[in-house]
Amino acid sequence: MQDRNLSLSNILFNRSIQGIFYQIVTLGLVILAIIYIVDNTARNMVARGLASGFHFLGVEAQFDIQMTLIEYSPTSTYFDSFIVGLLNTLLVAGLGIFVATIVGFAVGIARLSPNWLIAKLAEAYIEILRNIPLLLQIFFWYFAVLRALPKPKQSLEFADSFFLNNRGLFIPDPVFGEGGVLILYSFIAAILISIGIAVWSKQRQNKTGQTFPVFYSSIGLLISFVFLSMLATGFPVTFDYPELKGFNFKGGIKLIPELVALTFALSMYTASFIAEVVRAGIQAVSLGQTEAARSLGLNPNQILRLVIIPQALRVIVPPLTNQYLNLTKNSSLAAAIAYPDLVLVFAGTALMQTGQAIEIIGMVMGVYLFLSLMTSIIMNLFNRFMRVAER
Amino acid sequence: MNTEIKDNIEVTKPPIASIGIIGWLRKNLFSSLSNTILTLLGIYLLYSIIPSFISWAFIDASFVGSTKQECSKEGACWIFIKENLKLIFYGLYPSEELWRINSMYFVLLVCGIYILIPNLKYKGLVGSFLLILFPILSVVMFSGGFGLETVETRLWGGLFLTLVIAGVGIVLSLPIGVMLALGRRSKLPVVSLLSTIFIEIWRGVPLITVLFMASNMFPLFMPEGVNFDKLIRALIGVMFFSAAYLAEVVRGGLQAMPKGQYEAAQSMGLSYWRMMALVILPQSLKMVIPAIIGSFIAIFKDTTLVLVIGLFDFLGIIQFVGTNPDWLGFSHEGYVFAAVIFWIFCFGMSRYSQNLEKKLDTGR
Repeated sequence: MQDRNLSLSNILFNRSIQGIFYQIVTLGLVILAIIYIVDNTARNMVARGLASGFHFLGVEAQFDIQMTLIEYSPTSTYFDSFIVGLLNTLLVAGLGIFVATIVGFAVGIARLSPNWLIAKLAEAYIEILRNIPLLLQIFFWYFAVLRALPKPKQSLEFADSFFLNNRGLFIPDPVFGEGGVLILYSFIAAILISIGIAVWSKQRQNKTGQTFPVFYSSIGLLISFVFLSMLATGFPVTFDYPELKGFNFKGGIKLIPELVALTFALSMYTASFIAEVVRAGIQAVSLGQTEAARSLGLNPNQILRLVIIPQALRVIVPPLTNQYLNLTKNSSLAAAIAYPDLVLVFAGTALMQTGQAIEIIGMVMGVYLFLSLMTSIIMNLFNRFMRVAER
Repeated sequence: MNTEIKDNIEVTKPPIASIGIIGWLRKNLFSSLSNTILTLLGIYLLYSIIPSFISWAFIDASFVGSTKQECSKEGACWIFIKENLKLIFYGLYPSEELWRINSMYFVLLVCGIYILIPNLKYKGLVGSFLLILFPILSVVMFSGGFGLETVETRLWGGLFLTLVIAGVGIVLSLPIGVMLALGRRSKLPVVSLLSTIFIEIWRGVPLITVLFMASNMFPLFMPEGVNFDKLIRALIGVMFFSAAYLAEVVRGGLQAMPKGQYEAAQSMGLSYWRMMALVILPQSLKMVIPAIIGSFIAIFKDTTLVLVIGLFDFLGIIQFVGTNPDWLGFSHEGYVFAAVIFWIFCFGMSRYSQNLEKKLDTGR
């Protein structure tokens, strides 16, 4: 036995030894490739006189950005421009996710409607929008729709407070006066009390089987608390309405047309995918579940809330977060219509000015990579938490 | 006895209102008050979109003529598309060399139709011709050499360029994707870790940053003097990007394969590569064909992004033509035309994959 183990052919054909050999070869090739690339890059950078390192982040950026959520001026640093771009990306992604979720759920449920016309309309929406490239849709909303809107003087208006024209969308800006904080506090208090009621009612139901209308009482609490606190402080919330002054609107919140077009296109496009996810999720709950719940004596509302939605969500949530992530990554198409997002501001303007391609593209990719890794970690936790407890 | 009773019973017909068109309408459109309201809203929506679109696109539209002045103000100006058709389809490719592209289209069409017709022999042969010889032939035909005049890639454009990028992305990314998927599933920790890192990095970043990287960083990676053409850089970016996505699709198929298949192949004495090539991959790839086509559709739509690094693909050229001073103000026509063409390609592919799914669902 000992001899056989030592023979040459046994060493050559031993699976684990072969495995180690292959791994060493692969690792070696990858390391060689990396060395080759790093070496070439270093030579090229010397030859072209390119700087390296992250010193440029503290240097004055000397360019302006059309839309900023924080203080920014051309005297700010490149790092500030990075933050501005990042915040703009997160803003458009957040808005897009919000709208896409609402539209997507509505269309997905409409797709399963017993009403033939509504189901067909939802299907047409899905099939048209998801088979046309997103960039084309962004161009359409931006160049063909928003750019073709009338000038500020002839803006489309809604209730004398929302104005849409070729300079963007103008909406009223809420201004909190004295005592405004109290409203916030009472709002938080209402939420805390509602949570308390929910916990208490759950415990009571477990003990006695009696139920308590948690949902309606929470809504009642929220409304009455906020209303009472407003009454007590004398309605301190006023709105700063946009007004036409000269050739443009003043006051209110201005959403630039690029942001409007991008949000619109991203959310309409992603909604068509979300709708399919929602449909698949609802269809994945078998009819027997509804029938079983009904035979237990649950009312339709309870069936939906306690049986269908929890099971459908288990199927819906993972692909839904995937769509959210796609939307966030797709928001980088902003660069094509000059919405100042991370890619346009940092990988565009800043890269052109400094020429530090490796650092800048590395930072931009790092941001997106971080977002997607975080999402997949959260998703894995969710899956572990929501896994069906099998016997 | 029984027959007597039967004869006495008159067969009652269902009420008029529950059968035929009326019954269908009542059941599907007006079953309840809320449904009736929804139906009326839907009809109103259709009424407000479809007639005005039809009159814009067809009734009031101008088809004949060759200048902007001949277009009516109310309807679409399809003359704009007609006059720029060569640019939109081929970019700046020289007119006298267009036969090269057209003949390759023809070959592709013939082979495609041959493969789509069911129950024909030698399909595998035609398929491998399309996947291996056809791309090589295309490179020669499109860029020149062997007696053909050289056409620089900066002249390539339009729908032709879109198809080239999507085609290269699809053909080259599939083998890389399969290798990456095998790597990620491998029992060797180093191979599996490297593949996982590679896949996750490409999947975690948007294609636009990949293209920026391809156009700004690839030149730095190469030794001095070696300079890739802009198109090739973009192609490499698209290829790796889509390979990472395909790898995950293929991995899904590999994971769905029952363990018994691996064990049976191993007990037959097959080596790893033979087991994969002869037993596992044929079955698991077949399982994920619909998902692979889904990825192809995504690649096809994503090729539009190359316009941000200055390549004039189908959408890029339509943007470009719209800025021509002779043809200002026709962006609607351009976008609608592009949307229709893209839609036909993507919808066709997705319908094909649905059919395939039904056909391949051989009842496991």
